[in-house]
Amino acid sequence: MQKDMKNQNSMERRTFLKAGAAVAAGAAVAGTLSGCHGGPITNKADGSEVVEPKAKTRQWGFVIDVPKLNELGIFEEIKEACHAYHNVPDTGNPKTAVKWIWEEEYHKTFPEIASEYLNEEIEELGFPVLCNHCADAPCVRGCPTEATFKREDGIVSMDYHRCIGCRFCMAACPFGARSLNFSDPREFLDEVNPEFPTRSKGVVEKCMMCSELIDKGETPICAAMSQGTIIFGDLNDPSSDVRKALNENFTIRRRVELGTGPSVYYIVDGGEA
Amino acid sequence: MLEKALKGGKLYWAWVAILLVFIGIGIAAYINQFNYGLGLTGMSRDVNWGLYISQFTFMVGIAASGVMVAIPLYLHNFRTYGKIVIFGEFMAVAAIVVALLFVLADLGYPTRVFNVILYPSPHAMLFWDMCVLSSYLLVNILIGWTVLGAERKGVKAPKWCRILAIISIPLAFSIHTVTAFLIAGLPGRYFWMTAIMAPRFLASAFAAGPAVLIVVCMIMRRFSTFKVTDKAIDALAKTVCYAMIANVFFFLLEIFTAFYSNVPSHKASLIYLFAGLDGENQLVPFMWTAVVLAFVGLFLLLVPKMRKNLKVLPVALICVFLACWIDKGLGLILAGYVPNSFEEVINYIPNPNEICVIIGIYAIGFFVLTILYKIAVAVNETGIAFDHSEEYERKLEEAGGEH
Repeated sequence: MQKDMKNQNSMERRTFLKAGAAVAAGAAVAGTLSGCHGGPITNKADGSEVVEPKAKTRQWGFVIDVPKLNELGIFEEIKEACHAYHNVPDTGNPKTAVKWIWEEEYHKTFPEIASEYLNEEIEELGFPVLCNHCADAPCVRGCPTEATFKREDGIVSMDYHRCIGCRFCMAACPFGARSLNFSDPREFLDEVNPEFPTRSKGVVEKCMMCSELIDKGETPICAAMSQGTIIFGDLNDPSSDVRKALNENFTIRRRVELGTGPSVYYIVDGGEA
Repeated sequence: MLEKALKGGKLYWAWVAILLVFIGIGIAAYINQFNYGLGLTGMSRDVNWGLYISQFTFMVGIAASGVMVAIPLYLHNFRTYGKIVIFGEFMAVAAIVVALLFVLADLGYPTRVFNVILYPSPHAMLFWDMCVLSSYLLVNILIGWTVLGAERKGVKAPKWCRILAIISIPLAFSIHTVTAFLIAGLPGRYFWMTAIMAPRFLASAFAAGPAVLIVVCMIMRRFSTFKVTDKAIDALAKTVCYAMIANVFFFLLEIFTAFYSNVPSHKASLIYLFAGLDGENQLVPFMWTAVVLAFVGLFLLLVPKMRKNLKVLPVALICVFLACWIDKGLGLILAGYVPNSFEEVINYIPNPNEICVIIGIYAIGFFVLTILYKIAVAVNETGIAFDHSEEYERKLEEAGGEH
C-alpha cells in the first residue's frame, strides 16, 4: 500500500514536470508574457502540441460557509489536521511562520470592503484563509523557474525540488498565502507523516489543495473534515456542488479588484439556514 | 594587464588589505546564513525582501549610470569624456558584480540558482532581468578591456568596440527598466505599482551614479596619476543636477497622485515612510534626512558658483548620493510591504549577520573597482597615447590633421 502510494507520487511528480515544461515551451512559442493564459497543452505522440480550448478546463475551488463553520467550532481541528498531514512546521515565531490554512478576522480578510460599523456577529467570525488558487495567478507569472505552476485542473502547485527561494511569488501574491522556510523545517516537526514530503530550508510552500488526494479521487482534507461547511468542487462545472452553493448564496472573494480570479468564495450571511 | 594591479604603494596595499578583511567578514557571515537559512536576516513572511534586494536595485542603477558618460562621448562626440569613459564602464562592471552577488545572497536555495537558466521562463521578469544584466556585464567587460588593451599598445580600438559601446546604451536603460518591472507589475503592492517606476529608477540612478564617479575621479586626481579635467567634472556635475531634479520631481508626482486622490492603499506606504503607520516609524528619521539632503544637494548644484567650487562640489554630490540611497536603497523596497495583505504593519529590522554580508559584498565591489581602476590608471600612465583629450584634439588640429 505504502509502496503503491510512493509510485503514484513519483508518477504524479513526473507528470507535473512535464506539464511545467510544456507550459514553458508553449509560452515561448506564443511569445506571451503571461504563462497562465489559454488552455492546457497536451503533448501528442508525434511530439506536436495541442492547445485545448479554455472552456473545457477544470478549476477546482472552495465555497466556505463561514458562519456555519464558526458555529461548529471545528476550524482549529481542520487546520491542525491539514498542517499535520502536510508536515507544516510550527516555527513558534510569527515572522517566520509557515501557514497553509489559518484564520483571520473580517477586517483583515476583506480590508477593502470592511467598514467601521460592522455587524457584531460578523466581526466575531473567524475567516479561514488559504491559497486562492487564482485563475490567473501572479505567483505563477512571476516564478523564474516554473517551480510554481498551474495544473490543468486549476490547482496552483509547487515543485519543492525546483524552487530557488527567490520569494518572487511571495511578493507577487496579494493574499499572503505563501511562506518561506527561513530555516530547516524538519527541526520543528514533532512527528513526520511519511506519506507527504517534508521540505528543506530556503524553499517556499503553500496550500496545494491536497492535489495528491484529488488525484486519487478523494476530497481535500479541509473540505472532508468540515461537515459540509467547506464545499469543494469544479467552478467551471455548472452542476457541481460549488456552483450550486454559489447559486443559492451571496458570496464574496478576497481582493477581486486585482483580477487574479480567486477560487475561494466566502458565504458570510449564513446561507439558506 | 592584470599584473599592473600588483604594483602599488603602501596606501594601495593598505586599502586592499582593509577590503580583504571586510570580504572575509562577509564570507564568514554568508557561510552562517548558508548553513542556517534566511532566518539569519530581518526578513519575514510579510517583508519577504529586505536590504539585499534594495541594495541590488540601487546598484543596478549605479551600473546603468555609465551611459551618462557614454552617451555624450559616443553619440555626441563630447571628447571631454574621452578619458573618463573607461572609469564609467569599469564602475558599471563592479556595480553589476555587486548587484548579482546581492541576488545570490538573497536566494533561499542558492545552489539551485542555475534553475533560472535550466528552465527559462519568459513570463517571469526575473528571467529577463538575468538576460539584460548578464549581457550588460559582458558588454562592459569586453569594451573596457579591449579599449584599455588598445590604449596600452597605442593603437585605435577595433571598430566592433564602438558598435558594442553604442549597443550598451539601450542595454543600460534596459537593465534598470526591467529591474523596475520586477516590482512595478505586482498586483496589490500599490507603492510599487506605478507606471513611472522605471523613469524614477533611471533618474535616481543618473543622479547617484555620476555623483560617485565624480567623487572617485577627484580622489584619483589626488592619489594617482590620472588627472580628470575640471571641465569633465563640471559637465558630469550638471548631469547629476538635472537627473536629481527629475528624481525629486517624479517623487513629488507620486505624492500628488496618492494624496490628492486620497486613496488609502496608495497613501499608506508614503505615510509609513514619512510619518509612521500604526506606531511603526523606524524609517521616518531616514526619510526626512533624505529630504534635507536632496534639497541641500540640489541647491549647491544649482548655484554655478557652488558647483564649480571643488571644495563644495563633493559635499553636494555626497548629499545627492545619500538621498538617493535612502530613497531607493532603504525605503523603496521596505515600504512596498506596508501594509501587508492583511492591513498589518510588520516592521523589518536587519540582522547583524545580514549587515556583515552586505558589508562583505560592497567590499567585493570596491575590490573589483580598485583592481580595474588601478589597471586603467597604470595603462593611462604608460600607454602610448591614443588620446581623446582636448589637448590631443588641439594638437591634431594644429597639425592640420583630421579626427
